[in-house]
Amino acid sequence: MSEPIAPPGKKNPQRRTDVPQTPPQQRSRAALGLAAAAAEGRFMLQVCGDCGAVQYPPRDACSRCLSINLQWQDVSPGGRLVAETRVRATTDLYFRKQMPVRVGTVKLDVGPSVICHVHGDVGDGADVRMAIKLDRAGQGVMMALPVKETPFMEDDPRLREMSCTPRHRRVLVTDARNPNAPAIVSALAAAGAEKIFVGLSEDWRPNRHNDDIMAVPGVEMLPLDVTDSKSVEELAAELGGKTDILVNNARYVRPGGLMARNDTVFAQNEMDVNYLGLMRLAQAFGPAMCARTADGTNAAVAWVNILSAYAISNSPDYGCFSASNAAALSLSQNMRADFRTSGLRVLNVFVGPTDDDWHQELPPPKVPANTLARSLVQGLVDGLEDVYCGDVAKDMIERFRASPKIQEREMTGFRS
Amino acid sequence: MTLLENLAKALAGGSIEIVDLTHTLDPDFPVIVLPPEFGQCARFRMEEVSHYDHRGPAWKWHNISMSEHTGTHFDAPSHWVSGRDVANGSVDEIPAGNLMAPAVVIDCSAGAAANDDFELTRDVLAEWEDVHGRIPEGCWVLMRTDWSHRSGAAYLNMRDDGPHSPGPTPDAIRFLVDERNILGFGTETIGTDAGQGSHYTPPYPAHYYLHGAGKYGLQCLCNLDRLPATGAMLVTPPLKIRNGTGSPLRVLALKET
Amino acid sequence: MSRTRLGYEGVAIVSPATIPYQRFSIETAHWWIARALKESLDQAGLGPAEIDGFAVSSFTLFPDTAVGLTQHLGLCPRWLDHIPMGGASGIVALRRAARAVQAGDADIVACVAGDTNHIDSFRNLLSSFSRFSQDAAYPYGFGGPNANFALLMDRYMKDYGATREDFGRICVAQRQNALRNPNALMKKPLTLQQYLDARPISDPIALFDCVMPCAGSEAFLVMTVEEAQRRDLPFAVIAGTIERHNAYADDPVQFRGGWAMDIDELYHMADCAPSDIDLLQTYDDYPVISMMQFEDLGFCDKGEGSRFVQDRDLTIEGDFPHNTSGGQLSAGQAGAAGGYIGLVEAIRQVTAAAGPTQVPDASRAMVSGFGVINYDRGVCSGAAIIEGAKA
Repeated sequence: MSEPIAPPGKKNPQRRTDVPQTPPQQRSRAALGLAAAAAEGRFMLQVCGDCGAVQYPPRDACSRCLSINLQWQDVSPGGRLVAETRVRATTDLYFRKQMPVRVGTVKLDVGPSVICHVHGDVGDGADVRMAIKLDRAGQGVMMALPVKETPFMEDDPRLREMSCTPRHRRVLVTDARNPNAPAIVSALAAAGAEKIFVGLSEDWRPNRHNDDIMAVPGVEMLPLDVTDSKSVEELAAELGGKTDILVNNARYVRPGGLMARNDTVFAQNEMDVNYLGLMRLAQAFGPAMCARTADGTNAAVAWVNILSAYAISNSPDYGCFSASNAAALSLSQNMRADFRTSGLRVLNVFVGPTDDDWHQELPPPKVPANTLARSLVQGLVDGLEDVYCGDVAKDMIERFRASPKIQEREMTGFRS
Repeated sequence: MTLLENLAKALAGGSIEIVDLTHTLDPDFPVIVLPPEFGQCARFRMEEVSHYDHRGPAWKWHNISMSEHTGTHFDAPSHWVSGRDVANGSVDEIPAGNLMAPAVVIDCSAGAAANDDFELTRDVLAEWEDVHGRIPEGCWVLMRTDWSHRSGAAYLNMRDDGPHSPGPTPDAIRFLVDERNILGFGTETIGTDAGQGSHYTPPYPAHYYLHGAGKYGLQCLCNLDRLPATGAMLVTPPLKIRNGTGSPLRVLALKET
Repeated sequence: MSRTRLGYEGVAIVSPATIPYQRFSIETAHWWIARALKESLDQAGLGPAEIDGFAVSSFTLFPDTAVGLTQHLGLCPRWLDHIPMGGASGIVALRRAARAVQAGDADIVACVAGDTNHIDSFRNLLSSFSRFSQDAAYPYGFGGPNANFALLMDRYMKDYGATREDFGRICVAQRQNALRNPNALMKKPLTLQQYLDARPISDPIALFDCVMPCAGSEAFLVMTVEEAQRRDLPFAVIAGTIERHNAYADDPVQFRGGWAMDIDELYHMADCAPSDIDLLQTYDDYPVISMMQFEDLGFCDKGEGSRFVQDRDLTIEGDFPHNTSGGQLSAGQAGAAGGYIGLVEAIRQVTAAAGPTQVPDASRAMVSGFGVINYDRGVCSGAAIIEGAKA
């Protein structure tokens, strides 16, 4: 078993906060395939389309037949630890603070040997289950895990570096008015969040979710309106230095496409919450969170956006809402770039129609709040960058990957 | 001395006081809340453009945005469907002569303290006239409830069956419009109508009758408790917005001390 | 069935030059290379205009290559090579130069390797060393070569029962040799206990398993035997030489090098056996690699390396003189010059010019090179048997 991590306790205000560092960032273009696989928690390697040879490290041509037809595919993650070391000296500034680092060579069942991080519970020479994880540089790295779950497994220091688990962390959920807020707050608490702050806009009008939210232990409600720069700045000034994970669940959704509306009023609300709201939050909370990514057990670790799956391709029934989410998706990429050097991760949870007031006209499948909350928290625990929650979101991304243009034609062509 | 010289002297000497009846425009000030499928009243918002900094070294300024009906505001006749065809019904068309007028204050504060849904009835008006005389033509009628002393949730006072706040009955408003030919009606609450005003016939009678008759509305007023029942003079110029249905404004009252 | 390769008759190796190493240097690789080249040419009584072949190896020459050096150093060669093979560079340069001289493409080839070592050079070198290292090794603790060799040492110890004491014997013997080399950076004796007690670096590798990066340069000249004789230069000849790259790519962890593929042919070319070798210079960035070379070069069977080092005395005066100048472990690793140190020392040994580190009656030496941890293992390997000429 892994040594359980103790709750961090109060910070010593006389100690200088450790400066954010990331592991080596540089990669070849081919190696970025690992980051792409890790972003979704898949174990993928290049497989030669001509001779079937599995490649590693990532290449531009097959090392068996010289074919350039190399495809990233899901492959079996089994392997065996054939050599290991504990690295105790390095010139790298990030790893200097992580010493010693257990590193091993794993012979994969599918062929190649990989140098990898090794979970502390993997026995000497044992069979392992490999995973590709995002490290603090946001790059995909190999990690050998025990074949079976072990007690307190997620507290292994190396795995925790790869994870964005809420355990022992302080989380801000931005919108108590979203019907998903109680489920998200509960799921975070169940995952061991130490403290959950929930933003409530316009406390002069009732919020029917307040009682459910406040019933969860460790919750504190604070004023926050993502459409109001001053409100966002004020809360960031108070809370930015102790927000380890920010979950932006603020959302404005109204049905209707371009021609179903005669104005830009709802569209402005959609942009104001879904796009500019994210921008306000990022500008206000980003700097403080980025400065605290090396701050011990409860270092700042992740930013979560909940995006419509229709950010990927416009759904005309919710055309204007889709557009605001496409803007937010684009902005989330800008956030990733700006947060990159700090190691603060941006997790986008894509979700199809949710089971709420604004999707009453839609047939199933619709995503219940509990399902969304579970996916979101699991994405944090697994350290992912992209989660596709529910059948619609999975369908959307699969069709996007097959052909964005065909998807667009499907989305825009068959409406009754 | 001319009249205006007298006025200036009175102001300088303090025998005429100017009372500010306006709430501060603030993002946190409640606005009317409609069922969510309708478009909503935009809250007051302020974005800093520069602050004597690299965005503008010698100046500070903001972009502001809001609804025509945010904060202490003026309702023009064109705000309501009954007033859509009224002549000079939008704020830019209102004759300047209508922007200063005397005001009478109906004190409903005791009733509103006892009952959130207190109604300003024709009887209440009759009682007032018994004491203070006939409500003059062309004046503002201000309904004092001391509601402006409330804030936040207590101000909107929203429950599952909608907001609860005092307001006039249809009869009372028809009386003021048809029989007293007032200039307009003002309240301390979020609207000229009661919180439950949608349940009258017609719904929102103050809006319906006032604007249908070319009368004006003022809402979200404060400091009505500092005005006399009669004898005050209101200054109420809305922004001159083309085809505007209303406007936030600074409402000033002149009263003799 | 490959053809029998031609021999290396008629080729002479002369003028072994070593510029004393420094831990850190404010100078550049160009400066270090120029010094070794001049030292070698001075020994031969030649000027820069008289060489028509030039081979260079260096990690810190960027953005220049051998090409830039021709203009920088005022050379006008008709044969030019830049050999980026790290620890195999010396053997490979020798092989290339010998063939050029045999074929008449060049008459006198200067082979030089040198690197500087600034305060941050090593870190910078690591971070731009190879694409596979960048993509698949450095992100795992950034332990550099220490971590790579720790992995294969771990596997080797588990498979063959070798102990840290066994590797310590190699290091201790080399330190003894180094104490006789006035230019070695390590000047204090090393005991086996000190070796065992050393600070762990990347288990099972500890401090004295590691080389000390430094600045330095090495050089020698390759010419025809006739030319060497005309100039009355002591010279060595090549009895045989091999190279191999990316051998045994399917071994999950490296436990053997490319030598094993070609070693029989090497002895066949040289018409000798392991027992005929008077001294051995292995590439010794870590003792585990030297132990593998004992095996792969035929001095003992695979897995017998630990027994071999227990049974033999690896010092200059021992029964198996090995890395007589102290090797990189005790003299220092001057970048690409680390791929030359054993060869240049061997040239001195077989021409009776080694001075304080001279092995008595050394006439036949084996030198092996091993280079470039491109990802998880050394990719380049080479070896040569050279003999002192009876002038």
